[in-house]
Amino acid sequence: MSKKVPKEQYEKTFSYKFKRWLDGTKDPFLGTVEMKPQEEFREDQDALERRKRDRKRNEERVYDLERNAELRVFQKVYNIFGVLFCVFLVVMLLTAVSWLPTYGEADKPVNNEVSARYIENGLQETGAVNIVTGMILDYRAFDTLGESHVLFVATCTVLILLRLDRKEDQERFDANDRLHEPKNDVILQTVAKILVPPIMIFGIYIILAGHLGPGGGFSGGAVIGAGLILYLNAFGFVRMERFFTAKTYRRLSFCALACYSLAKSYSFYTGANHIESIIPLGTPGAILSSGLILILNICVGIVVAGTMYTFYVMFRKGGY
Amino acid sequence: MTVFEWVRFLAGAALLLSGLAIFLIEMIGVFRFKYVLNRMHAAAMGDTLGIGLCFLGLIVMWGFCFTSLKLFLVIAFLWFSSPVSSHLIARLEVTTNEDQKKHFDIEALDEKLPESGGKEEL
Repeated sequence: MSKKVPKEQYEKTFSYKFKRWLDGTKDPFLGTVEMKPQEEFREDQDALERRKRDRKRNEERVYDLERNAELRVFQKVYNIFGVLFCVFLVVMLLTAVSWLPTYGEADKPVNNEVSARYIENGLQETGAVNIVTGMILDYRAFDTLGESHVLFVATCTVLILLRLDRKEDQERFDANDRLHEPKNDVILQTVAKILVPPIMIFGIYIILAGHLGPGGGFSGGAVIGAGLILYLNAFGFVRMERFFTAKTYRRLSFCALACYSLAKSYSFYTGANHIESIIPLGTPGAILSSGLILILNICVGIVVAGTMYTFYVMFRKGGY
Repeated sequence: MTVFEWVRFLAGAALLLSGLAIFLIEMIGVFRFKYVLNRMHAAAMGDTLGIGLCFLGLIVMWGFCFTSLKLFLVIAFLWFSSPVSSHLIARLEVTTNEDQKKHFDIEALDEKLPESGGKEEL
């Protein structure tokens, strides 16, 4: 059983001092170290005049083109060499381009067994009609996994750099924001009412059709993020925070990344151990096909959309 | 039949070329004007009329199919969004410019528009 210690005695204990030092309520240097307030910088009259005179003389002697023959020559030479360098660059690059192999030639190093394998067996092995999606989310999914995590880490970094933590800072910033931003713009709100639903649906379509045609998680997520930003600009933070807050973003992106990692771990495990995966590939061309690719696209889309929106909010307001 | 094809091609090409001419005028305007509102006027012209004419020319040349429907949707989207963004830029400029007297009059604005920078709607 702990004993209740009187306040004076408690304030002498190490733990109390340590706690105050940790909180920052007590500055250990205050009162123990001699501190002198900084003097205001004041230049004396002579130095000021000397500086002005020197500057004027510099401008006259060095930068005056009419009197400074050296500078004139230098500028001409500079211009000539600038043009020459650009011409040299253009010629060199065009020559390099003309030496490139012809597009579609059979015996060039681009057409090796890797791309032949992708093109011939891609549809069978991944089940995705869009070979590019099959590549980035099946053959090279490890790379895409890293990219999603890079996005998440980037958001965390932006959060650390831009987040306004203290309450009074937040309030001050709100006031400032209100001063400089036209709010409740009727034109913008009307257009946003019309445009936001199609944008969202288009983004979802891009994500869901990523394995059937051009599209996928990154592009679809960017479209959805743009839709969210448009809605935010039209209706303000209060309306937005009814359904999308920092908590929502954290949970969504955690779930998406965890889902991605688990799904990919499973397929890495089965692939490395030569076990048959139990996830069916389905008929190519159907929306529920190509195994894990659809799920992975959805996860990537969620992460990208949330990240875009969070970046915007961080740069504009410093936190939701 | 070939006459119709030729007419269609020529009409499409004329539309496309006039759209490109408008883009050229826009570019010159954006680089020659010095103030944001003048510049925005030039830029908005290309984003609406220029792109509308170009895509209309493409639709006429291509004939009516699914692709031209998509192009039409792009035109509709741009005609919705570009004027609104110009409007927002203009409004932000009016709100934040500290030297308004030098550039424009704002008499008409005060009567017609509700006060900007008011309280946020809940």
